[in-house]
Amino acid sequence: MRGKIPILVTGLITGALAIFLMVRGNPPNMGLCIACFLRDIAGALHLQTAAPVRYLRPEILGLALGAFAAALATREFRVTGGSSTVTRFILGALVMIGFLAFLGCPLRMTLRLAAGDLNALVGLAGLVTGIGTGVLFISRGFSLGRATPVARANGYVFPGFIVLLLVLFLAAPALFAFSKEGPGAAHAPLALSLAAGLVIGVLAQRTHFCLVGGFRDLLFFRDYYLLTGLIGLFAAALIGNLLIGNFHPGFANQPIAHTDGVWNFLGMTLAGLGSVLLGGCPLRQLVAASEGNTDAAVTVFGMLVGAAFAHNFGLAASPKGLPPAGQLAVAAGLVTVLALAAVLTAARSATTEGSVARGSGS
Amino acid sequence: MEAVVDVRGLMCPEPVLITRRELERLQKGRVRVIADAAAARDNITRLAQHAGWRVTVTAEGNAWVLLLEKE
Repeated sequence: MRGKIPILVTGLITGALAIFLMVRGNPPNMGLCIACFLRDIAGALHLQTAAPVRYLRPEILGLALGAFAAALATREFRVTGGSSTVTRFILGALVMIGFLAFLGCPLRMTLRLAAGDLNALVGLAGLVTGIGTGVLFISRGFSLGRATPVARANGYVFPGFIVLLLVLFLAAPALFAFSKEGPGAAHAPLALSLAAGLVIGVLAQRTHFCLVGGFRDLLFFRDYYLLTGLIGLFAAALIGNLLIGNFHPGFANQPIAHTDGVWNFLGMTLAGLGSVLLGGCPLRQLVAASEGNTDAAVTVFGMLVGAAFAHNFGLAASPKGLPPAGQLAVAAGLVTVLALAAVLTAARSATTEGSVARGSGS
Repeated sequence: MEAVVDVRGLMCPEPVLITRRELERLQKGRVRVIADAAAARDNITRLAQHAGWRVTVTAEGNAWVLLLEKE
């Protein structure tokens, strides 16, 4: 258990900060949500134009910068790239479409559960189904292949982009589109959001906090390390919700959620499958991108584009449910990711096969 | 005999999966694992220690070398 204390504390602090951010203005049961906040950023950047979901969420900027600083300080900043980059971009876009069919990433799913939103339980079942399916492919040889070291400057591009967004936000906020009503208009004060993001970014970088990885490692290795973080997140959020009177068990009338079980399940199946093939949840991708992993940075950009498509083409869910175009997109996304996983599993990456050398060593 | 497992450039869970396969095959002895991601380094350390291997981590250039030993 002793080795699990840092990640447990990371989960607890993340859960507590999520509730605090909600109390201070973030949307209900959305103190933190990497998928929703990337979608809001896509809106702020005019990549999508859905009026209620546009804001340059400082939590995301803080998270990336906190992880970047922690990786630099501990000499864990390693710049790599070239592992199925375009495939990762597309997978990033598709998992975002899945998350927006459910209305949340695994982080918000946990926060919704901790507020009594039982639709999130359906989402969780879908997520675990997707992760389990991905685990089957990976154990049969699926791989996106090896990244290789690339020039160090490449690693600064993603954190540099984040710094640019932050500077522009402070110096020229009129450049961005911000919601006047709806979830995008609900936000905690900038400094608070940024500081919370920084803290979580540092902790997530140090502990490799990943919510998809929690279930993956449990299925693969019977390893509870990452899942301990998710349990901490749930526990702190549950206690916080009980303290502020925000625990309302049930399916109906949950904030920024819908009750269409089939699409809550299938949306998260798509997202869970895609995320496990990518090597982690949106939070983990954001942290890896800030640690110099340029493939993870491309994945994050894929998520931004996926969010833009989801809203520009009416694929995202609303509290009314998932529109027919969104249902088609989730179904097509699932077929695409399953086909891709099957083809890449059949190909059995030669790089993975060749990673063990045996002989008389020193 | 010393096996060398190179998991550089791979994202989770592949580094752990490949290392586990080798540890299960060998049962004991010495395995040198080369990793370039902190997550892989820590996850492999945890897996190996859990399976009763002694783990020594050293930083070498842009990577970490994990020496796994079991009598």
